[in-house]
Formats: sequence, structure tokens, C-alpha cells
Amino acid sequence: MNQLKRYAGIIWILLGPLAAVYLVRTAMAEVAKKPVMDTYIQWGVFIVVFIPIALGMLLFGYFAWKGEYDHLPESSAEIEED
Amino acid sequence: MKETKSIWKIIGASSLGTLIEWYDFYIFGSLATVLANQFFPKTNPTAALLSTLATFAAGFIVRPFGALFFGRLGDLIGRKHTFLLTLVLMGGSTFLIGCIPNYESIGFFAPLLVLLLRLLQGLALGGEYGGAATYVAEHAPANRRGYFTSWIQTTATLGLFISLGVILITRHSLDADAAKSIAKFNDWGWRVPFLVSIILVFVSIYIRMKMNESPLFEKLKSEGKVSVNPLKESFGHKTNLKMVLLALFGATMGQGVVWYTGQFYAQSFIENVCKIDFDQSRTILIWAILLGTPFFVVFGAWSDRVGRKWIMLTGMFLAIVSYQFLFKQLLNLSSNEGKVELVDKKIINSSLVQLPNGKDTLRTITNKVFYADGMSISETKKDTLYGDPVMHTVKADVKLVKLLGTTDYWKMVFYVFLMILYVTMVYGPIAAFLVELFPTKIRYTSMSLPYHIGNGVFGGLTPFIATLLTTIYANDKLAGLAYPIIIAAICLVIGTLYINNKIDPDVND
Repeated sequence: MNQLKRYAGIIWILLGPLAAVYLVRTAMAEVAKKPVMDTYIQWGVFIVVFIPIALGMLLFGYFAWKGEYDHLPESSAEIEED
Repeated sequence: MKETKSIWKIIGASSLGTLIEWYDFYIFGSLATVLANQFFPKTNPTAALLSTLATFAAGFIVRPFGALFFGRLGDLIGRKHTFLLTLVLMGGSTFLIGCIPNYESIGFFAPLLVLLLRLLQGLALGGEYGGAATYVAEHAPANRRGYFTSWIQTTATLGLFISLGVILITRHSLDADAAKSIAKFNDWGWRVPFLVSIILVFVSIYIRMKMNESPLFEKLKSEGKVSVNPLKESFGHKTNLKMVLLALFGATMGQGVVWYTGQFYAQSFIENVCKIDFDQSRTILIWAILLGTPFFVVFGAWSDRVGRKWIMLTGMFLAIVSYQFLFKQLLNLSSNEGKVELVDKKIINSSLVQLPNGKDTLRTITNKVFYADGMSISETKKDTLYGDPVMHTVKADVKLVKLLGTTDYWKMVFYVFLMILYVTMVYGPIAAFLVELFPTKIRYTSMSLPYHIGNGVFGGLTPFIATLLTTIYANDKLAGLAYPIIIAAICLVIGTLYINNKIDPDVND
């Protein structure tokens, strides 16, 4: 199971940037199609909000790949030991 | 006995405040169309609606920042004072929205003030939930944590229920004549649900003032173990940060989209895509919520016995596999295809009204068709007949309103109820799940952020993104479902792989 968790980490590492690229490309296409203030605002908000989340996904994937989720902490002591 | 009485008092006081905050937050979304007419330029109704939805989204987007700000405060100075502050902020903002003059009176300042107050509402909500859930969980016995926190979970849905109820009652009680009452509501009556909030907030503040601080926080404080920098400890330490990310991508992200699809996108779909009448689309949701709400407690309590993970993930799985079917059924029920028309009952009205310029005339034609199963469809077409023969209306304004017959009405309630049932599965146990994931001294901060990114960003933007997808892929009325289905599917896989089903026996650490 731990092996699977680690390999799946590669998917999450890729998913983050891929989602970000897809978002930016769609935003650019939509803005080009309808270059009005509403479109700029909508897609601007989406990019500002979702890019950090995509980075979070990348980080999550990295942690998974490194085996950080093989064991989940069961007490505060484990967190503080870090 | 005394202990049981005390926990119910805690749940009652916490839930009432949270319920009011949700009510405050939802009346804005529920009145999106009316607010668009009041606060945004009317030249382009779609733009006006989108502007309001964007404002709606802004309310959700700032929630994570509220989570950080108030979460930090809650871990530094305590749960009680922090969620007392969020309540004041929320109540004040809501009341003030009800006081803002409309766009015609003060121009650009009107939408600007609305936006600012909406942002404050989002901030306040961001701080409220984590505090209330933490507060209740830290009082609850270990073996009933899911059950007791599930009462907090009902407040979001009940807040929506009450907001819909207050709106409908106000809309129909401003004049003996129904049409005049609705006109008055659209003119000024929409302010009532906002203004009413201040009374509820005062009651809740009074109750909350009497509450004690969380015993676990008090213990930390007396031992001098309160976190010095909750933000750094929550997100700067790898071991805790990885749990924050896991909570977001393995639980709250999917939970958020399932929640907002069932409670908000369903209503928007019924009203805007199925074209069901304003009142009927809301009463359908009200019934579904009323029937579904007890299941928050059922699944919360059940999670104390079987664990939180599989109940939440089953809710996500059911949503993923059945959304296309359920929304297709909503479309089918609203269609008149194959229905027997009662030809002799058909009503056609037309009227001509001279426009103020004295040259042009507004023509209104209303066709009302009745069907044997009780359904009726009313089509109102408005166009301008220009005095100048060279000019002509490019596109008439056509408004379609459908009223379902009794059987189809209840079938629709049933389908929406199923969606609410999924909401109860993903949402009922999640407070206990999040509380158990993080240590006491940074719990408020750590659990608030993934909760509000999952619910505020992923969930809150669901109606907006889904509606946008249906405009991009205009031929497919179900295109909007791709967003919640994909997000929930990713979350389901991550949750299945990485979350464990163990119930934390001790949250006192």
C-alpha cells in the first residue's frame, strides 16, 4: 500500500502544474474570445485563487512520493518532534 | 446528567450563532438576481448577474483569509472571544447591506459598498466555523464526538433553509395582492431579510457571552503551552503542513463540491436551466433540506462507530456516479415533451404600452399553456415597436416560467433530497474528522484553512464555474457537472489512498 501511495505521488506532482497550465490557457482563450471587464475579472480571480492550490497539489504529491504519508502522526508529540 | 445538560447547552449556544452566520451569508446568494437589479447596471442582465455571482464568489474566496486571521486569533486568545468577534462582524455587515441605497441613488458606491461588506462577511465566516466545531469537539466525550459535532454541521443547511423561508415569507407578505407584493419585495422588501439579522445576532451574542472558554484551551493556557505563532506552527512545520494538505485534497475539496452542487447548483439549475418558477424552485429545495437535515446527525453518530473516512468517501462516490443521472431527471421533469396539452385552457394576452419618448411602443405577449398532469408553462415575450420604420427589435426578450404538476414536483423534491443526502454523508462527520487531525494548540488555525479552501474556493465557486461551463459548452446542459465530478473524483482517490479510518481516542493532546 505504501508503494502505491508513493507512486501515486507522481500523479499529484504532475496534476498540479498541468491543472495550472490548463487554467491559464483556458483563461487566455476565453479572454481573447470576449475581451470585456467581466471576463478579465472572472478569469483573473480563478488564476489568483487556483494557482497557489495547484502548487499545494504539487507539494502534496512530493510529500506522498517521499513517503511522508506512509505513517500519519497519531499525537501532537510526533508533530512537535519534527 | 449534569455533564449531558452542559454539552447540550454548549451545542445550542454554538450552533445558534453558527446558524445565524450561515443565514447571513446565504441570503445574499439566494437574492442574487434581485441584488443584481439593485446594485449593478441594468444594461446587461447577464453581466449584472455575473457581477453578483462574482461578488458571491468574493465572499467565498476571502473565507480562507478569515480562517487564517481568526484561526490564529482563536489559537492565541481562545475560542470563545474569537467566535464572538466573528458573529459581531457578520451581523454588522449583513445589517449594513440591507441599508445601502441602490445604484440609481448613489451610483458606483452602491456596488462598491456591497462588495466590501460581502468581503467582511466572508472573513467572518472564515473564522466562525472552525471555532464552533473546535469548541464543541473539545467539550464532547471521545466516543460521541462525531454525534455532537454533527449538530454544528446541520447549521449550514438550516441557515440556508431559514434564509429561503424568510425570503419567501417576506416576498408574499408585503401586500394582499401577490403581484404587488413581489414588486414591493423587488423594490425594497429584499432589505427585510438583511435587517432582521441584527435581532438574531443580538440574541446569539447574549447567549455566547455567557459561555465558558474551551476546557482544553484553558488547560493549555494555564500550563503556558498556548502556541506563540500558530501560523508558523500550522504551515511552517512539515508534519503539520502535510496533514493540512491531506485534509484539503483528501476530504474537504470533494466535500465542498458535493455540498455546493446539492444545495446551490441544484437550485440554480432548476431555476435557470429547467426554468422552474422562483417560488417552486425554492420550495423544492426547502422540502429536500427539511427531509435531509436529520441525516447529518445520523451519519455523524454513525461515524463514531465505523470511522469518518468511508462515510465521507461513499457520499463522494455516490455523487460522482449519479449526478449526471439526477440532473438529467430534473431536466426531463421540467420538459413538456410527451405531455398532453389542454388546448381549451390556453391563455394568450397581449398589451401595448406607449414608451415615455412618445414614439415607440412596448409590446408584451404572454402565452400560458396548461397540461393534463398539472404542469403549466408561461412564455412572456417583450419587444419594442419603433415609431421609426427603419428601426426594429433585434431580439425580443423572452421569459419562460414553468410550474410543475404535483407528481413531478415531488419527484423533483426526491431527486434533490438524494443530493442533500450525499451532502449529509460528506459533511456530517467532517468536523470530527478535522478536529482529530490536528493538535489542540494549533487546531483552530490548522482545521479552518483546509475547510474554507475546500468549501469556500472549491465548493463556493461550484455554481459559478458550472454555469460558466454551460455557457462555454452551450449544447450540453449538463456540462457544468464536469467540475464537481472531476474534483470529487480526485478527492475520492486521494482520500481512499492516504486517509486512515482511525478515530482519534484523545484530542486533548
